[in-house]
Amino acid sequence: MTTPAIALRDVTLRLGGREVLRHIDIEVASGEFIGLLGPNGAGKTTLLRAILGLLPPASGQIAVLGGAVRRGDARIGYLPQARGALAGHLCGWDVVALTAGGARWGLPRLNRALAREVDHALDLVGGRDLARRPIGELSGGERQRVLLAQALIGQPRILLLDEPLSSLDPRHQHATVALVARIRHELGMAVIFSAHELNPLLGAMDRVLYLGGGAAALGTVAEVITGPVLSLLYGAPIDVMRAGGRVFVMSGEHDIERADACHTH
Amino acid sequence: MFEYDFMRTAFAASGIVAVVAGVVGYVLVLRGQSFAGHALSHVGFTGATGAILLGVSPLGGLVLATVAAGIGMGLLGPGLQSRDVAIGMVLSMALGLGLLFLHFFTAYATQATALLFGNVLGVDTHTLWALAVLGVASLAGLAAIARPLLFASLQPELAEARGVSLTGMSVLFLAIVALTTAACTQIVGVLLVFTLMVGPAATAQLISHRLWHGIALSAALALAQAWAGLALAYETDWPTSFWITALSGTCYLLAVLASLRRTR
Repeated sequence: MTTPAIALRDVTLRLGGREVLRHIDIEVASGEFIGLLGPNGAGKTTLLRAILGLLPPASGQIAVLGGAVRRGDARIGYLPQARGALAGHLCGWDVVALTAGGARWGLPRLNRALAREVDHALDLVGGRDLARRPIGELSGGERQRVLLAQALIGQPRILLLDEPLSSLDPRHQHATVALVARIRHELGMAVIFSAHELNPLLGAMDRVLYLGGGAAALGTVAEVITGPVLSLLYGAPIDVMRAGGRVFVMSGEHDIERADACHTH
Repeated sequence: MFEYDFMRTAFAASGIVAVVAGVVGYVLVLRGQSFAGHALSHVGFTGATGAILLGVSPLGGLVLATVAAGIGMGLLGPGLQSRDVAIGMVLSMALGLGLLFLHFFTAYATQATALLFGNVLGVDTHTLWALAVLGVASLAGLAAIARPLLFASLQPELAEARGVSLTGMSVLFLAIVALTTAACTQIVGVLLVFTLMVGPAATAQLISHRLWHGIALSAALALAQAWAGLALAYETDWPTSFWITALSGTCYLLAVLASLRRTR
């Protein structure tokens, strides 16, 4: 039995006095691709921040690659939720390069080994040409690829991606998921991929982690995406319909994921 | 014009300040904090006028006030939604307070003009040394924190995850900006600090999309504008600060027009 990449034991996460997640147990195997789903405010970002060591759990233990969670662990790659790019005039290469050893004091040093690592990370995402252009002039999908390269600096064993699909059209969504799946195989990383919609991740992910109502359900899509499990998480009757290889999560007449997506900003 | 002692001192003083302002200003604009830099100089006005009232060195009071304000601003953190409003309020209160201090000391009207609009021709050797110390301190401080600072500026969430303290970076950087601002006010005055700190940096960021080229370009532009401004002031007898602002503004305008043409 190998050490799990991430293990949460009876973890409660509190944010501003509110218990976002209560007594959850999660174990992610090394090399596993987990889709992280749930409605807005269910605690997807909060959970990722806890794994990064940015939010100490109110109770319970979090272990990362066999050791206690700590802030600044270079073995975890992280792609934060997209926001308006500050300093859009800089080219992608410089932005990616600043990540490498960026936490250390002093002047940024650009030696050959570092330059190679940046090039390598950009090659992995097929973004070497994109990185020559100012990052503000790239499309959403292109910028996402360059920033993904940034998350790969330092050869992480775990990759945490916070809503990389938001603001992408379906074609780019599938391209991004396929890209992450390919890199995961090449580098043998565990991936937690948070998303608003289930369907783009079908086929790529090994298991799904669904958050809702302070609880978490982890299992295969067939186990978790069912009426009874989701009804429990949402605290309301949920129907799950499968059609044409896609899954629709419905509450009454409404497609929940679609409705949520409309409120996302 | 170099036969005059005061001109040589003016060239040296504006040269030091321009290079430092160009470099520090580049990061200031990169972080989107140019308004904070502007406000710091106004707090410096309060410090300087307060120091005059107490009969101590205006530059000392200015440095003290800007550094304290910079650290305070950094501690308030980046999360405040109403940051523009808060900074604007502090800015106007600082100027108002400075006005009150001046009111009690009406004899120093020329000193007030020098504080507000700069008086590079009046820089003495003693001040020149003070500027050199401020400049070296600013650049040394920036060099010491450059890597985590740039990381935190470009990718705050990721930097935080890698162990960089965002508040710590903000405090340290604004303290450095405060030192640079204090030096700038000696050349172009409290009201026109923008012209040296933000003008060349913003122009450089329109022209270059490489980090190091941009920083070098920003420093070179600031230096060229400061020295050309001095030379033009010598020839025309118009105020130096006017010429520097005119050059800084013109360069920025040209860069904007060029970038508009490029993207079209």
